[in-house]
Amino acid sequence: MSARGPNLFLERETYRRRRLLDAARVLPVLGIALWLVPLLWPATPEEGVPMSVALVYVFGVWAVLILCAFLFGLKVRTRHADDAPAPRPGSGQTR
Amino acid sequence: MDTLSILVSVCLVYVIILFAVAALADQMAAAGKARWLRSPVVYTLSLSIYCTGWTFYGAVGYAARSGLEFVTIYLGPTLVMIGWWWGLRKLVRIGRSQRVTSIADLLASRYGKSNMLAIGVTILAVLAVTPYISLQLQSITLSFSIFAGTDEQAPDNTAFLVAVGLALFAILFGTRNLDANERHYGVVTAVAVEAVVKLIALLAVGIFVVWGLVGGIAPMMERIDASEIGAFEVQGGRWTAITLLSAAALICLPRMFQVMVVENDDERHLRTAAWAFPLYLFLMSLFVVPIAVVGLDLLPVGSNPDLFVVSLPLFAERDGLAMLAFLGGFSSATSMVIVAAMALSIMISNHLIMPLYLTARSGLGVTETGDVRHVVLMARRVSIGAVMALGYVYFDVSGDDAALAAIGLIAFAGIAQILPALVGGLFWRGATRAGALAGLTAGFGLWVYTALLPGIGTAGIIPAAMLADGPLGIGWLRPQALFGVEGLDPIVHSTMWSLSLNTTAFIAVSMLSFPSPLERLQGAQFVNVFDHSVGPRGWTGSPAQAEDLLTMARRILGPDRAQALFHREARRQGVGGNLPEPTPEFLDRLERELSGSIGTATAHAMVVQIVGGETVSVEDLMAVADESAQLVEYSGQLEAKSAELTRTAAQLREANDKLTQISLQKDGFLSQVSHELRTPMTSIRAFSEILRDTRRLSEEDKNRYAGIIHDEAVRLTRLLDDLLDLSVLESGQVSLNMRSATLDGLLDHAVATALAGAAKPIAIDRRRSEEAAQIDTDLDRLSQVFINLIANAQKYCDAPDPWLTIRLRSLGDRLAVDFIDNGAGVPREARALIFEKFARVGGDKAGGAGLGLAICREIMDRLGGEIAYLDGAQGGAFRVLLPAPRAMAAQ
Amino acid sequence: MPGTVLLIEDEPNIIEAIRFLLSREGWQVATHADGADAVETVRSVRPDLLILDVMLPGRSGMDILRDLRGDAEWRGLPVLMLTARGQARDRDMAERAGASRFMTKPFSNQDVLSAVRDLLDAGRPG
Repeated sequence: MSARGPNLFLERETYRRRRLLDAARVLPVLGIALWLVPLLWPATPEEGVPMSVALVYVFGVWAVLILCAFLFGLKVRTRHADDAPAPRPGSGQTR
Repeated sequence: MDTLSILVSVCLVYVIILFAVAALADQMAAAGKARWLRSPVVYTLSLSIYCTGWTFYGAVGYAARSGLEFVTIYLGPTLVMIGWWWGLRKLVRIGRSQRVTSIADLLASRYGKSNMLAIGVTILAVLAVTPYISLQLQSITLSFSIFAGTDEQAPDNTAFLVAVGLALFAILFGTRNLDANERHYGVVTAVAVEAVVKLIALLAVGIFVVWGLVGGIAPMMERIDASEIGAFEVQGGRWTAITLLSAAALICLPRMFQVMVVENDDERHLRTAAWAFPLYLFLMSLFVVPIAVVGLDLLPVGSNPDLFVVSLPLFAERDGLAMLAFLGGFSSATSMVIVAAMALSIMISNHLIMPLYLTARSGLGVTETGDVRHVVLMARRVSIGAVMALGYVYFDVSGDDAALAAIGLIAFAGIAQILPALVGGLFWRGATRAGALAGLTAGFGLWVYTALLPGIGTAGIIPAAMLADGPLGIGWLRPQALFGVEGLDPIVHSTMWSLSLNTTAFIAVSMLSFPSPLERLQGAQFVNVFDHSVGPRGWTGSPAQAEDLLTMARRILGPDRAQALFHREARRQGVGGNLPEPTPEFLDRLERELSGSIGTATAHAMVVQIVGGETVSVEDLMAVADESAQLVEYSGQLEAKSAELTRTAAQLREANDKLTQISLQKDGFLSQVSHELRTPMTSIRAFSEILRDTRRLSEEDKNRYAGIIHDEAVRLTRLLDDLLDLSVLESGQVSLNMRSATLDGLLDHAVATALAGAAKPIAIDRRRSEEAAQIDTDLDRLSQVFINLIANAQKYCDAPDPWLTIRLRSLGDRLAVDFIDNGAGVPREARALIFEKFARVGGDKAGGAGLGLAICREIMDRLGGEIAYLDGAQGGAFRVLLPAPRAMAAQ
Repeated sequence: MPGTVLLIEDEPNIIEAIRFLLSREGWQVATHADGADAVETVRSVRPDLLILDVMLPGRSGMDILRDLRGDAEWRGLPVLMLTARGQARDRDMAERAGASRFMTKPFSNQDVLSAVRDLLDAGRPG
């Protein structure tokens, strides 16, 4: 009976972690897609998108990506708190 | 004139501050206080060498010419960074686990430790990066000249002086020591400081422009839309191609690889850099368009847009701000040049110079080539000088009329040729060395033909006719319209052809060729780096080679580090002494340590030279063939168990050997004591009977015989003293008389006592200046040990011109005194026994009863130190590890 | 009749003592201090009696003796063995190797002299 609780919990944890990694993998793809959008805009000087709009769009996407990466880093930090990689071999040796 | 001299002095002061920062950081690192130097923030800031003088000045010029396209230079790296979980994490992990020293080293290591590949990458990198370095020299020179203003007093040799200064900096902090991990705290810290300076400078100019000159965000936006770059207009091809190239450059540029992978201290720093570095890039580009727009508006027509960052503040008569902007540009250029020169020099020395040097001296064998460390460091220094000289010459020859961005993009396109082999190597186990070579060659050739030569070629390397009509009039070979593909932007054209043919050749040749076993092992290690896959166990060695390996390691890593490594390894194997068994695991580990100093391929070659070639065992091949991660994991567990068993077995075997030997010796002990006591007694009895029984003895004979009896009695007494001393020491009932003194005095006393009365005393080589250490122990006992060792050298050193070197060494927090003579030393098979009682080498009777070293060992045990024979030294060599300093009393 | 005695021993003081004792009785005494080439020395000196120490540098006295006993010419040479390790085992080994007489150090001068006399007399035909 008691073994069930932690088991369920663990599975849920693993599931969350998987989805989190999925999100991290999607992030650059999302970035590529969003930054390719300007290429679809009309390119003639008359009906073209004003530079200010383009600026806001490109930098806006940028800011969102940075924010997502930041949040992901935060999540990974808390979830991987104990499987931190060992320090580089040899770095802690006597000098 | 005045501004210029102020400018020069500001530069000098700034450079001095950088020197101080780098020196301080190196010092702190050496003192082990470098933790905060290696924070994620410093790591992120060091990545900012991506932003060179080209980006600092050139981005604005780029925006003024082509609108928003400049931003692609930053979009590529941003995508790579936020996708770190996919790619960079793996790259950094591999770089750390394989002790990779450069991008060339990484490829060499992946493709079966092939130096040929490394040489190719090195040449490509030098060709691509040199123009880039001259670009930085140009940007510094240009910004100098704009400060000089109308009087055009900028000295002609600015670029030269700058080049010399930067080379000096790179040599000073980049080649200080051969760190196993190729990490340079000083340089990285200085680069981080420069990163802050250039960010603040650009932000300050941007804020001044938007709020100071224009009056806020809304008016700024209106002004942008009204300007000549007011409409969003980009070529799709260039937008995509440059994003791709800049993404590739972030990973493949030698300097980026250096700071991102080689200098990486902790994989977790990537987590922070993944968002912080894009943020840095974001901030660096935020004000580029506003500055460009306002520059185009306000500055006279014909001003160089590449210099708007400095000329706008100058125009607005904000000299301080202009100075800051100038420093920002200066920072961007200098940090790039320093790290690039350093990274290139590591590649050149590891892959071009060292292999040549070692081949040239291979007749002598690796172990006799002397201290390789100096050669490596010298090779690096010379390489840095050569790289800088090349950059300067290119700058001098090409003139300074080309637009900054053009050369930068060409360099990007060149370095991106590494990408297919790199990505393929990380993710595809089927990638082979032949494939990588084919891809690199194809891409490299096409890049030179379609981008490099035409790009710098207006100056005359490629005739204009060839550019227009193709070589020999063959139209479809036109460098900028290959195979009849016309109308493309040159950089898109070059990128498309070179990268696509590069990739095609790489994949096709990889599929057609068959990799060597070592390649397959390395491939499996790289691709499955996160599965903790089985190491490449390709070595077989014999014990006799361990000493050669130690000698070699000592010359590359330095004596103390090599000794520590071997000692640690021997402990791990459960073997006593300093020479571990050359097991495959150990050889593999040793090779990685060495490759941290001299590169993978060279390290491999050196170990091969001693151990004599690799054999790949059946298990190894099975590990390769075994594609299933599960099985790899399972065999990993098995291996851990079998390693433990092996270790236990080794310990048992050694314990058993020792027991057998000790029992033999215990058995022999009594008869030894008997022999040692009876021999002098024989003389005493014989001569006393002669004195008693012989009537007519001359006075002279009587005296002589009495003298013999006396001498033998003394010998008997000494022997009894030694035996008693030993038994007291062994029983642990000895009381220690703790006092403190300096080591030099103690050694003086020991040398004088040991050599007193010697007819021909052995020459003693000491460094008194290093012997000032204070020690706190039973001085008489320690002195007894020293006397014994010196007396032994006096007795046994068989060199025609004997001398004894006494050196104080510091091993971590312990001190050791080494006694090394130039004689033949103790034969290997006798070393395990010399500290046993009555163990005399070769059975000669030059000395006492053979108790001296046994007593020494007991004494050092009691004092809390150690005495050991030092394997691998030239002659007889003993190391006395002094007791650890006692902890301060609690009160 | 006095004859030639070869003494193979590495302790200089013991050599001196034995040389003094034997030469006073009229015997020729040759000495040698190294085990490695002891057999060659025996062949060139051609002694009437050999006094052999067991613990020698280079080669053990037991081995030297075994070599000599394997050689027909020296099978009958009287050999007096000396050892400082007076254990029963050593005596057995010496006898098996073919020692004519075995003495433990320290010895009395008188014992050495009578042993030498006995061995030389026994070895002399007639």
